[in-house]
Amino acid sequence: MAEEAIKISGKKKSTFLDKVRELLPEGGNLNLCLTCGACSSGCPATGLEGLDPRKFLRMAALGLDEEIQKSNWPWMCTMCWRCIYVCPMKIDIPQLVYHARKLWPRENRPKGIRGSCDMALKHDSCSAMGASEDDFRFVVEDVLEEVRKTQVGWETLEAPINKKGATYFLNQNSREPVTEPDEMVPLWKIMHVVGADWTYGTKGWGAENYCMFLADDEAWKHIVEVKAKAVDDLGCKYWVNTE
Amino acid sequence: MRKSFGDAYAEDLRFVVKQAVGEENFVDMTPNRSNNYCCGGGGGALQAGYHEARRTFGKIKFDQIMATGASYVIAPCHNCHSQIHDLAEHYEGGYHTVHLWTILCLAMGILGPNERAYLGEDLAGLLVPETREAEEDE
Repeated sequence: MAEEAIKISGKKKSTFLDKVRELLPEGGNLNLCLTCGACSSGCPATGLEGLDPRKFLRMAALGLDEEIQKSNWPWMCTMCWRCIYVCPMKIDIPQLVYHARKLWPRENRPKGIRGSCDMALKHDSCSAMGASEDDFRFVVEDVLEEVRKTQVGWETLEAPINKKGATYFLNQNSREPVTEPDEMVPLWKIMHVVGADWTYGTKGWGAENYCMFLADDEAWKHIVEVKAKAVDDLGCKYWVNTE
Repeated sequence: MRKSFGDAYAEDLRFVVKQAVGEENFVDMTPNRSNNYCCGGGGGALQAGYHEARRTFGKIKFDQIMATGASYVIAPCHNCHSQIHDLAEHYEGGYHTVHLWTILCLAMGILGPNERAYLGEDLAGLLVPETREAEEDE
């Protein structure tokens, strides 16, 4: 069954696309579309809730901001970049999607993503599951002690926390310390075997950043700054993101 | 790969995985490297609440996996791990989803008994290192 046709008024009525163009390097190439449809063919989200990346870009180009704002397409897309990869003009559709997320009032954006961002803002741990600096330290020390006691040959295994001047600052997805702490151990063993000089930080140990997915720029920036400062404060040379 | 380090990095990871599981046990999916499909768990999708759409998105990844005939899928990122694991359950794929660190430690013979939650029965009892009873705390 055909969907209702979108009616276009004679005059371009708004500037969502123009605003986004101003923000992106080379304007995200957003006005270079050849309408070839490679993006739609290549996108794994095509068809979800009627999503079509080419249509999405054309709607923006035609100034159909209201229709874009009404659709939930921005949440169907994972911003995986396959559309850019296949696009002959390298058009940055994912950035357009990101900014379309921002068209939604914060309180109307998906509750799960919003809740995870808000949790991360509660502590300098940046954990989207709300685990604090102390929670993390407790779990790591507890698991480490158990391994040292029970696993032959691992009596001196280390999981350093806040070790100043370590070469690598390692972070961890919250799901490990919170729901499956034993999954951290293989990583510690690998670091041990290769002789890496590494550390966790009580601040900024959470690897995930749902504030980015929420398209909350200020919160996203805050999370990144807390994490980067944690690495700098310990004087680490590399920040290893396990997520 | 596509969004950060590119295909050279994809080759590095293939080298690592092949060293761990043996060249003959590594099966690439199609398409692969920068032309591969996203699993559908990223960009906040796991928490966005559109579960049916997320799984429909992931069906492409699921079909890619099934076409390999492989019994284990290695996911280096926790987000992908959660999504691919969920796809296996939902579409009854029968494959196991493991973190890269699990496979590396298994291959080195240092994967402890409690670190095998995602291994299937065929590998769960393989190369288990020695353990001892913990002494009771005071």
